[in-house]
Amino acid sequence: METTNIIIKNLTKRFGQVAAVNNVTLTIEPGAFITLLGPSGCGKTTLLRCVAGLEEPDEGEILIGDKLVFSSRRGISLPAGQRNLGLVFQNYALWPHMTVYKNMTFALEIQKLAKAEMDQRVKESLAEVQMTGYAERYPREMSGGQQQRIALARMLAYRPKVFLMDEPLSNLDARLRMDMRAELKRLHHVAGATTIYVTHDQVEALTMSTQIAVMKEGVVQQMDTPDCVYHFPANLFVADFIGNPKVNLLEGVANGDGAVDLGNFKIQLAARTAPGQVVVAARPEDITIALAPEPGAVEFTAYSVLPAGADSTIVARRDQLELTVKVIGTSKIKMDDKVWLQFNPATLNLYDKTSGNLIHSKN
Amino acid sequence: MAFPAVFEQPLGMRALANARRFGRWLTSPKVILGLVMLVMMIYLILVPLYRMFETTLTYQERDIHYEPDAVVGDFTFFHWTRMLTGQIAAVMTYAPLQHSLVTSAGATFLALVIGSALAWMTIRTDMPGRNIINTLATVPYIMPSWTIAMAWTVLFKNRTSGGSPGIYEYLLGVSPPDGLAYGPLPIIISSALHYYTFFFLFVSAALMSIDSNLEEAGELMGASRWRILRKITFPLVVPALLSGFIMTFSKVMGTFGGPNVLGIPVGYYTVSTMIRSNMGLGNYADGFVLAITLILFAMSTIYINQKVVGTRKSYETIGGRGFIASRTRLRNWKFILTASVIVFQIIVAIVPLALLTWDTFMLVDGDFGLSNFTLHYWIGESNPAISNGVPGVLRNPDIYKGAWNSIQLSLYTAFFTALLGILLGYAIAKGRGTRLSKLIEQLAFIPYVIPGIAFGAVYISMFAKSVGPIPALYGTFALLVVVSVAKHIPYSARTGVSAMLQVGRELEEAGEVANANAWERFRRIIFPLTSPGFVSGFLMTFITTMRELSLIILLVTPSTQVLASMTIRYLENDDTQMANAVIIILVALVLTGNFIITRFRGGSLKKGLGM
Repeated sequence: METTNIIIKNLTKRFGQVAAVNNVTLTIEPGAFITLLGPSGCGKTTLLRCVAGLEEPDEGEILIGDKLVFSSRRGISLPAGQRNLGLVFQNYALWPHMTVYKNMTFALEIQKLAKAEMDQRVKESLAEVQMTGYAERYPREMSGGQQQRIALARMLAYRPKVFLMDEPLSNLDARLRMDMRAELKRLHHVAGATTIYVTHDQVEALTMSTQIAVMKEGVVQQMDTPDCVYHFPANLFVADFIGNPKVNLLEGVANGDGAVDLGNFKIQLAARTAPGQVVVAARPEDITIALAPEPGAVEFTAYSVLPAGADSTIVARRDQLELTVKVIGTSKIKMDDKVWLQFNPATLNLYDKTSGNLIHSKN
Repeated sequence: MAFPAVFEQPLGMRALANARRFGRWLTSPKVILGLVMLVMMIYLILVPLYRMFETTLTYQERDIHYEPDAVVGDFTFFHWTRMLTGQIAAVMTYAPLQHSLVTSAGATFLALVIGSALAWMTIRTDMPGRNIINTLATVPYIMPSWTIAMAWTVLFKNRTSGGSPGIYEYLLGVSPPDGLAYGPLPIIISSALHYYTFFFLFVSAALMSIDSNLEEAGELMGASRWRILRKITFPLVVPALLSGFIMTFSKVMGTFGGPNVLGIPVGYYTVSTMIRSNMGLGNYADGFVLAITLILFAMSTIYINQKVVGTRKSYETIGGRGFIASRTRLRNWKFILTASVIVFQIIVAIVPLALLTWDTFMLVDGDFGLSNFTLHYWIGESNPAISNGVPGVLRNPDIYKGAWNSIQLSLYTAFFTALLGILLGYAIAKGRGTRLSKLIEQLAFIPYVIPGIAFGAVYISMFAKSVGPIPALYGTFALLVVVSVAKHIPYSARTGVSAMLQVGRELEEAGEVANANAWERFRRIIFPLTSPGFVSGFLMTFITTMRELSLIILLVTPSTQVLASMTIRYLENDDTQMANAVIIILVALVLTGNFIITRFRGGSLKKGLGM
């Protein structure tokens, strides 16, 4: 299938005084799977709806391939149906009074396809989502997971150049969601269509996307590969939002010779930095924890120990300071044990306390 | 945040962009429809109100009698001063106003007590036969509002108004006092027995939606049953009571049938009967002054009520969510309460019809003996000695014409109301949050608080003369349809909006993404999903229009008589048996319609009221 790029330039959409999408500029490569990730109310769904043509932005431009679908400057806004894109809704939006077949051929009838062609498309699309044989069912006769697959098949059937998905997995239970992630990723791999995917679930974003755009209050905070977003968050918001358990953010003073003073102990960095108020970010899995003193390790007390089979989370305290540490397997540490924490300079990110921006990343 | 691109833009291009944007807004289906609906609401509701107001402030032709210098069409406060401060003010305005307020308040209060008690007993107690009670409770509302008033006269009328005595006098040999036969007491009772249905339906729905857990929580904390009822249940039902109050009070204020039958013989005028008598004499401007007064009173009472109870929007009714409610066990009271309810329902639903039927079999009104039995009023040929030679109703072409008119009026009204409901629902629901949508919704609510007879009066002023392309509709059948549809606008809007809101926005958007145009989306997605709601609305409108009197009484002419207005005409000609026979036919038609509704999937009185 031919794929297409999407360019969003200086896009702004206001609801009353609030800018739900605030001057967003994004370039999406052909065949990319880009996830708009952020907490509820960050503007991710609004941005998606602007691209879809269901919401008219106030400012900016949107190009899909070489087609200018929206431009405030020229007063252009193509209706959703003429943008050649498919949308999977959060609640599937299957028409309850139509069978699966009718749901899928609705758009094909408008394109005036021949009956044989339509049958062929329905058959292929149902096979792609492993729902062969369900064509005559009504939506209410199927489970949530099956409806989800049909919603996908309905989109596939009319072969849009761009797939848009608005939290398509959020109504499924945890187990089904896992399965569908794999299916969706495979589907994208096979179809190759440029995909914009909206979610508030960081695991979905990290596992499925080629690119993640993290949003907050209508502004894209960082757009990068999942790996970069996880390991080099551009600011404290992204660092804090991505990762489970959450990143440890330690406020302190950089003394100018490559160490940060946290008050009652110091953390050594991999490189020198300018002196000033900073925040050190340390992922829970990047801190090593031991039951015996080691050179350079800092003494803490195990406040709480949370084993979860494959890994364990330990909450450690030293005076007012609380840190989360994650270790593989079941930990031998018991509550109230004395523990020694070791920071690896190569894994630490350093942020400016005032601006919240990354000033120094682990290599 | 700066947008340099915008500032660099040449002026002409920016204007073009704005023009395109405005063009898109203007041509989007919801906006086009919204604007059309707005114009329609203005034309059907605001313009008539304005015209009526204008008429009261200008000299009319007949005013030259009183003010020889007056120039017809000139601005004047003449009618207002005459009606509010003149010699006739006490008789023409203040007494009727007082009577209207007394009867409305009395009837509303009585209806509240009856309706709430019945609702509580059917929803929250273990009374046997609750389903039957539930069904029968809505029967009085289905019948014409003045049925019970007519039956009352059969029972209690005395010789004050001339004519014949009622059963009471026939059996007891004593004439019932005027206070029992006519005036406020019987008006209050007969209206309450008709309108308690609103309270019954609203309170039932509210009681059904109350989660028993709320009451059980109170019980666990040691509260007594009475305390729970007072502190938990009652406050939760208050919004429903308020809805019932608004509806009942405004209806009784504008009701014409009851006060006409029970008030006029002893000169007990309410505003609605006074409006009619002014209109009958051609005193349009004076009638309009009364109509405006009536509207203002109805609106301010509702407004005060809403303020007192609080800002919660109880106009939006509480939907029954069907919790399993714990039922109060009546124990020793079970027998006596059940018996009273049965007796009450027989008295209200069956006795009136029996009395009226009996009356139609009497050759001479007031002689209840068997020797007086006749079928003349049903099948008799014209006989100059009886009723001025009017033949029995089943031989009378006027009756057939009236019945046909009634059916036609009801069908047209139901059709256009449903259609308007779809359009209003779409325009309001799809434009949710926009000023246009809010404005349409607010305008659509206005007829709800305008009493029926005043609404009819409004339309006289509007369509007496031709305006632009619209011909003078006065005296035409079309006017009856227009006024009936317009009065139903609040219900159609409510049914329409709730039907549209049930269809998720995404369902239409999915069609949009699939490149279906507005008409295709409407035809293939929205209409099939919303039509069941409109079908039950259609049938309900059919019934309520069939038995509507107050609204059209000022607008019917001899050629556009419907059954409802014919009963009043026969009554005014002293052809009581004829009038009663017509009522029986009307009730038969309405009950048939209701039977069809209840057979029809999903149709019910509740749904018809937009609940």
